[in-house]
Amino acid sequence: MARIAGVDLPRGKRIEVALTYIYGIGDTRAKQIITECGVDANRRTQDLSDDDVNLLRRQIEGNYKVEGALRTETSMNIKRLMDIGCYRGLRHRRGLPVRGQRTHTNARTHKGSRRAITGKKKAPRK
Amino acid sequence: MPRSVKKGPFINEKLLLRVQVMNARNEKKVIKTWSRASTISPEFVGHTVAVHNGNKFIPIYITENMVGHKLGEFAPTRLFRGHGGRFADKRSGPR
Repeated sequence: MARIAGVDLPRGKRIEVALTYIYGIGDTRAKQIITECGVDANRRTQDLSDDDVNLLRRQIEGNYKVEGALRTETSMNIKRLMDIGCYRGLRHRRGLPVRGQRTHTNARTHKGSRRAITGKKKAPRK
Repeated sequence: MPRSVKKGPFINEKLLLRVQVMNARNEKKVIKTWSRASTISPEFVGHTVAVHNGNKFIPIYITENMVGHKLGEFAPTRLFRGHGGRFADKRSGPR
């Protein structure tokens, strides 16, 4: 079983797709890595030789920030914004959208699911 | 869209001059400014700048992390006291 950067790659998928199961590697990077390593993108993960897997692993772990390290970096960036007390940091603190979107409606991705408002009546029938 | 690199960062010239003079004299005084659009340059570090938020001046102590941000980002212009009658006063505005 191919295990790269602490993630088990799905066996039956083409390696190009399988690499995108790693946090921090998308379609573009997966293709890029495969070209750099000279592995055929259409081969399945289970068909790769150990040498190929090692080549990919070294390439990824040496040159790209993935998984834990990447997550840490992202959260440190957000923490920095919160610590210096700038507008973006305040928005992060309050769980509101950061980039100037409207909050009158929508903004549910960042705010989370709706919370019940006390005293609010259901829409009246008329 | 970010500002063109060719132009360099925008800093109010008078403000920058005052900071540079203070640096040369080793002074530390609070500078009042309305120039919220000015970028914080490394010269500002260690100074306190009072940035106008439309109502009053908010004193901001500039640290190294703030370099590259704009002054206005640190002086919120809106005060949100929260919704709902009973709890409205308990929650304070920004920060």
